[in-house]
Amino acid sequence: MIVGERKPMQEILDMIADHKKIFIAGCGTCVAVCMAGGDKEVSILSSAIKMARNKENKPIEILEQTPLRQCEWEFVDELKDKIEACEAVLSMACGIGVQTLVERFPKVIVYPAVNTTFLGLPEEQGVWSERCGACGNCVLDKTGGICPIVRCSKSLLNGPCGGSQDGKCEVDPEVDCAWQLIYDRLKTLGKLDDLTEILPPKDWSTGRDGGPRKIVREDMKL
Amino acid sequence: MKSGSNLEKILCAGHFAVTAELGPPKSVSAEVVYKKAETLKGYADAVNITDCQTAIVRMSSIAAGSMLASRGIEPIIQMTCRDRNRIAIQSDLLGASALGVKNLLCLTGDHQKFGNHPQSKNVFDLDSIQLIKMVKDMRDEKKFQCGEEIKVEPHFFIGAAENPFSEPFEFRVLRLAKKVKAGIDFVQTQVVYNVEKFSKWMEMVRELGLHEKVFILAGVAPLKSAGMAKYMKNNVPGMDVPDKIVERMTVAGKEKAKEEGVNICIDIIDQVKEIKGVAGVHIMAIEWEEIVPEIVEKAGLLPRP
Ligand code: SF4
Ligand code: SF4
Repeated sequence: MIVGERKPMQEILDMIADHKKIFIAGCGTCVAVCMAGGDKEVSILSSAIKMARNKENKPIEILEQTPLRQCEWEFVDELKDKIEACEAVLSMACGIGVQTLVERFPKVIVYPAVNTTFLGLPEEQGVWSERCGACGNCVLDKTGGICPIVRCSKSLLNGPCGGSQDGKCEVDPEVDCAWQLIYDRLKTLGKLDDLTEILPPKDWSTGRDGGPRKIVREDMKL
Repeated sequence: MKSGSNLEKILCAGHFAVTAELGPPKSVSAEVVYKKAETLKGYADAVNITDCQTAIVRMSSIAAGSMLASRGIEPIIQMTCRDRNRIAIQSDLLGASALGVKNLLCLTGDHQKFGNHPQSKNVFDLDSIQLIKMVKDMRDEKKFQCGEEIKVEPHFFIGAAENPFSEPFEFRVLRLAKKVKAGIDFVQTQVVYNVEKFSKWMEMVRELGLHEKVFILAGVAPLKSAGMAKYMKNNVPGMDVPDKIVERMTVAGKEKAKEEGVNICIDIIDQVKEIKGVAGVHIMAIEWEEIVPEIVEKAGLLPRP
């Protein structure tokens, strides 16, 4: 899932300072699971903004709605009336949701209320961590199912580097060294021999380095 | 001869090699480079020039190295994967070779988080092992990484660093084997304070016969104070400083700390020299380059061949 975190209150207040009526659009999928922009967070943010604005004697009117997903035309179309009734939209979805609104409603100002952070999973209650960098050319088959691209601080394909200690990464003693995890897992699987193979330089062109990406499936087109 | 460098000649002739390290200044001051270089002249067979070590902006390694070469001191250029992609690295290597640089140390590079620009982007297009292979192919296959031909190819004596003390310990030697397979000619190790652990590592190195394929230079560094010993022990990832070394530094007290640091360094050189497969020492005295002559002399490593 996509994991994000709500922006600091002051940053949000600054963005909408000039508006008197806004619409806060949540998203019922990823950001709801990571408790950054679901139904509940929308109503909390809405009350917090109203309180702050009342304190400044600049009251604001806020409409709210949380579609199932903010990244699909059919769901954002449900928001049309509310969007058109307001001066601007504050989106609590990921960056994709924000841009879906921008593309569907070209004349409307849409502000992001969430910092889209990574693709990951909830490790435990209240803890999320990164698992994939969408590199477009998955190597998990070669690394024991552990991603070296985003879980190793240096994206090494032939790790670990000299900074690995006590299973932790040199950049942060709280972060697991991906290559220690890879080593341990391959050891468990009895496949340590895999690590003697040199993985060649990666073709990064399938990732962001190749420019904006798009998948077109002729077989799926209408 | 792969490169014809002084370091290669000395190692191939079977002499015990001495390399040192020079950190370029955080400025344009050529004077600083020349001054440090002059103190090392005649005491080291070749001198590593660090590449923005610990991710702090410093004068370029190739530029400083070329200045050294002009004074008759052989540089070992360090090249990290942190700041350059394969295009920039190959371009810089063509330039370095054209300037007469013959030794190259291929490194992954420290993460920028601890440097003076922690907000910068990193590159890591290649890792150190892929870098080694690329440089070897440039030299031996006359090919760029993309496969295109190089008309006049660079001839580097290719080195790598390896840390016998970081983890997973059992994998460290296998990783060295990977570097050997990728094409290195020599290795400089992380600073050795724990000789016992280093010997164990060398034993594993010999079991795989790696000491016969590449020259292994043991890294050493003089401690300046008990505080520095403790700091390295507790705060530098991948550094192994045994308690007895910290204690020796503490007992020496403030006055005699530097002297004891040098003594420890010489003791370690004496010990690693006796380990089968160790072909030389690499003395790292960054920002204390002027101590190197004393260490080399007291360790009985003079005159240099
Ligand atoms: S290798 Fe690429 S696609 Fe696979 S998990 Fe890592 S970043 Fe994602
Ligand atoms: S310590 Fe491990 S995770 Fe961190 S950069 Fe090195 S190999 Fe990667």
